[in-house]
Amino acid sequence: MQPIKQIRSRTVVMPAANIDTDQIIPGRFLTTVTKEGLGRQLFADWRYDTAGNPKPDFILNRPEAQGCEILVAGRNIGCGSSREHAPWALQDYGFKAVISTEIADIFRNNSLKNGLVPVIVDDATHAWLLANPGAEVEVDLETSTLNLPNGSKVKFPIEPFPRYCILNGVDELGFIQSKEAQIAAYEARRPRA
Amino acid sequence: MSAPKTMFEKVWAAHEVVPQTADTPAVIFIDLHLTHEVTSPQAFALLRERGLKVRRPDLTLATMDHATPTRTEQVFGGAPISIDSAAKQIRFLEQNCKEFGIDLFGLQDPLRGIVHIIGPELGVTQPGKTIVCGDSHTSTHGAFGALAFGIGTTEVGHVFATQCLLQNKPKTLAVNVKGRLRPGVTAKDLILAIIGKIGVAGGTGHVIEYRGEAIRAMSMEERMTICNMSIEAGARAGMIAPDETTFAYLKGRLRAPQGSDWDAAVARWKQLPSDDGAVFDKSVEIDAAALEPMITYGTNPGMVVPISGRIPDRKGEPAFDAAMQYMGLTPGQAIQDAKVDVVFVGSCTNGRLSDLRAAARVLEGHKVAAGVHMLVVPGSQEVKRQAEAEGLDQVFKAAGAEWRESGCSMCLGMNGDTVPKGEYSVSTSNRNFEGRQGVGARTLLASPETAAASAVRGRVTDPRELVKA
Repeated sequence: MQPIKQIRSRTVVMPAANIDTDQIIPGRFLTTVTKEGLGRQLFADWRYDTAGNPKPDFILNRPEAQGCEILVAGRNIGCGSSREHAPWALQDYGFKAVISTEIADIFRNNSLKNGLVPVIVDDATHAWLLANPGAEVEVDLETSTLNLPNGSKVKFPIEPFPRYCILNGVDELGFIQSKEAQIAAYEARRPRA
Repeated sequence: MSAPKTMFEKVWAAHEVVPQTADTPAVIFIDLHLTHEVTSPQAFALLRERGLKVRRPDLTLATMDHATPTRTEQVFGGAPISIDSAAKQIRFLEQNCKEFGIDLFGLQDPLRGIVHIIGPELGVTQPGKTIVCGDSHTSTHGAFGALAFGIGTTEVGHVFATQCLLQNKPKTLAVNVKGRLRPGVTAKDLILAIIGKIGVAGGTGHVIEYRGEAIRAMSMEERMTICNMSIEAGARAGMIAPDETTFAYLKGRLRAPQGSDWDAAVARWKQLPSDDGAVFDKSVEIDAAALEPMITYGTNPGMVVPISGRIPDRKGEPAFDAAMQYMGLTPGQAIQDAKVDVVFVGSCTNGRLSDLRAAARVLEGHKVAAGVHMLVVPGSQEVKRQAEAEGLDQVFKAAGAEWRESGCSMCLGMNGDTVPKGEYSVSTSNRNFEGRQGVGARTLLASPETAAASAVRGRVTDPRELVKA
């Protein structure tokens, strides 16, 4: 994982509420055994017509969305399936952070594990972001703030441990492995089924 | 005396290897890791990359269900699996299980089935266990008083390597179900009503405990239907206290404790229910006796109405308008007018024997309406055998429905069992998201009874009109 400290980018706004992981990456693309290349299938059913051509009015197909690294979604993104293919697809496409009022638990966990920064904001900040698509904003992980071009600095919640891992580009497995002695001790005292 | 504890808190505390601190999440031991072909390949790749082994193959169990074919000739007859990439995932799982020493219920195994159906069937799903799987419907196993939740593939790798997970302690939500369900109203209707009440994000950050008279009166299969859809309310896990119903279900199962181990286990399990006076972070109440059969009309499971009801009129709300446009339905229309093209009975929500019996009871003596395609997919090969022993397959076939081998099938259409674009499907599965059952498919979630009745009439139908309770 690459360390991430700040992400500064224009936003892409997808105002739909409850964007589920089936929309982020439809099930038929899950018959893969790797993580690579899923960005092509990101939002496939919204992004392409049945012949596979880009739909010109879908936001990710518009010129102003190109190169944007921050996705602003409507309320509650990521509900549904546990497929980690959803954050993989967002990252492979080029997104580095996702902003909403609520982010579903499993999707949020999966995002943190991959260094895709989930940013939960209050209603007023969210309303501002929805009303200002393409705004140049900064997600500052060192201070856990979202900095808006109007000068607002909005704190967002992120647990210290995944924040540390993303800031330093380390994954969480090493931490669990460092607890080997406690794991072995637990196994020794655990009741047999 | 210690403070009263919830069932969740008891199970959590019993599995803390390293407690949570201000800076780090808890390290939680996992008693049972279920795995399948779709969310495991990249986790096995991680093990290989780092030269790691599966720490506890004895606590790991693999099956294949999501991308597997349901046509008998492809499962048993040597006919090629229609989707090459699905066939490749199946081969990968076989190779990975062999290399890492994991017990696999492979494609032709008589005990194969949907991962959340076979865990309980085998008796490996037990009260008080921590159970995870790379699948959000792992919440199903909470019906036994286990703490069971879905994880992503990175976490699948963590559990393979360490048998542990890093977790922040979730909050608790009590769903108190008062009264009894009326005849003809099912567990599926109750959970749809609960999701409708609390919303698709209502349980986010929480573990639900379902409590109350209606829950106590339910069979294990009904309780599994309830816990299965906890994730549809945003809760990673749903739990129901174990009781005599739980113990009777588990006793004598292939991998349940036997003999004196059984007695010791039951004694432990009896300590699990939430103590009187235990405090939940949130609670909601719902009156079971006031419910009727429920059905969804929109593009998430919270968009649900009673079957005698009308689609609400919330024109101007973008999410509602988008759902209406996708579904091709009209605000204010009676849901019973909605036409039906496809009916799917199956899935980890409603693919157990009692579900198939319920659908067959409605279908018996009727025909699937002209132009309706009905697919019945048992949740496991064991469910299939039991259904066939009772002649349920004959009821389905006589009515004009298709009867298949087990798997996730049309719930998510990964294996090619899909609903055609624009068609309406009444489905006993768990998600009515856009495109879930196929590109452009329009899904209405309901009970097996409602699905079967709708197949007969070719329109959304209250099953109580076909079967007098």
